[in-house]
Amino acid sequence: MKQDLFYTKTHEWVQFLEETTVRIGLTDYAQNELGDLVFVNLPEEGDEVTAGETFADVESVKAVSDVYCPVTGMVRKVNEELFDHPELINSDPMEAWFTEIGDVSDKVELLTEDEYDELISKEE
Amino acid sequence: MREKVERISFFQPEICATYAQSLQTLKGMDIKMEKKTPLYDQHLQYKGKMVPFAGYLLPVQYETGVIKEHMAVRTAAGLFDVSHMGEVTFTGKDARSNIQRLVTNDCSKMVDGQVKYSPMCNENGGVVDDLLIYRKSEDSYLVVVNAANRQKDVKWMKAHLSGEVEFKDISDEVAQLALQGPNSTAILKKLADPLKLPVKYYTFTDHVAVAGVICLVSRTGYTGEDGYELYCKPEEAGKLWDALMGAGNPEGNAGSNEAAEQGLIPCGLGARDTLRLEAGMPLYGHEMDDVISPLETGLGFAVKMDKEDFVGKKALLSREITRKRVGLSITGRGIARENCPVYVKDKQIGITTSGTHCPYLGKPAAMALLHLVYTEIGTPVEVEVRGRRIPAEVVNLPFYKR
Repeated sequence: MKQDLFYTKTHEWVQFLEETTVRIGLTDYAQNELGDLVFVNLPEEGDEVTAGETFADVESVKAVSDVYCPVTGMVRKVNEELFDHPELINSDPMEAWFTEIGDVSDKVELLTEDEYDELISKEE
Repeated sequence: MREKVERISFFQPEICATYAQSLQTLKGMDIKMEKKTPLYDQHLQYKGKMVPFAGYLLPVQYETGVIKEHMAVRTAAGLFDVSHMGEVTFTGKDARSNIQRLVTNDCSKMVDGQVKYSPMCNENGGVVDDLLIYRKSEDSYLVVVNAANRQKDVKWMKAHLSGEVEFKDISDEVAQLALQGPNSTAILKKLADPLKLPVKYYTFTDHVAVAGVICLVSRTGYTGEDGYELYCKPEEAGKLWDALMGAGNPEGNAGSNEAAEQGLIPCGLGARDTLRLEAGMPLYGHEMDDVISPLETGLGFAVKMDKEDFVGKKALLSREITRKRVGLSITGRGIARENCPVYVKDKQIGITTSGTHCPYLGKPAAMALLHLVYTEIGTPVEVEVRGRRIPAEVVNLPFYKR
């Protein structure tokens, strides 16, 4: 499974379920930086999303942050559990996926786990 | 993920930059511009996320996070470093008359050991600052001012002095800790003679030894809970902090769990803001400023028109009140922060002044200045949050009352 998992420079994780289907979430580093999350705004099923553009936002007690879509495609599923329990992103960021996106036709630069670890070690 | 808009703007929006910038600042060279409070080492020890605030480096939160810190104060106890606050003294025969002329509340009948809250107005009836006034004796007063307003206040006060009075800015000689929450008294009683602690809200006792540190102990706070504010010498602040943490949480547990005795944890600026907002307390720079009248903010209880002349009285008597501070319960999905326009249909009727997710209530709330016509409880409105209209409703303040 791990070989299907990638990261972005803007701290999203991307898991390939199939060649053109991905799940997207926020990394542990991101949730830790943001602090206690209390609200998420997600796209709707059927929405077209574009790689590198905002597709969701998350709010902590103290700030609101954009979440960038790492791929171009169509929203297949939305994790509605996050609407009532945004804190799941803090407690288990790798399980708390935001959306499932199909028909993936383009993507931003994706990093491997090692590359991402190196990136955040520089930011720390 | 990228931080878009910073909301750590409580107390002083112009100085708090974006969260991302704050982090950059901490990583960069600007760090030397900010002063450390005497409790800087304690903040690092408890893994405080340090941000520049009102000229100081202060923790926006500790490792536990804003929500747990907030809940600790509502259900157990929290300890805040508020050493950035400013303190000035008025002493001499005319100390009282000087204060009476500067502030809107009536301090003429104060007794020794009493604390009074008051706005201080400019000639136009706007607010220069809001203050706590401590009467030590008939001719000796301590006045606590907002950190961000310290220079402005000192200049303003000096310019208005008359008669026999000595005025001093003693901010750098005073550290302040706030111990807040239902378990505060039990914690303090372990460290000080219980008979020497102030009993009533808005009273204080002076020269109290707390763990051997001589303090002015004030039964006041900015959280909506019972609690104390302790003033001491900066060089002893660390000792006092350590003693309080030791008495309130000897196991060093994070979070407010029952096993941790009084469950005391350190709390940062983030929780300070969510607590005061949930308790419906106004904050300078948000619900009041140099233009907004204290009557618009709903501080009429601290504006005494029937006392002798004070700065701003004439303006307050003649100013027409067209807007009022209200509470907004957000009924739709989303969080309204400050400076969001408020609408009824297509008409903008006001603007939010603060807003956040309230951890104890478990829902978002905001305060807003609205046109008088729309301030009735139950009035449905819409708040524009980043281009989206979210339904809200005018509700009673405070949102939370202990």
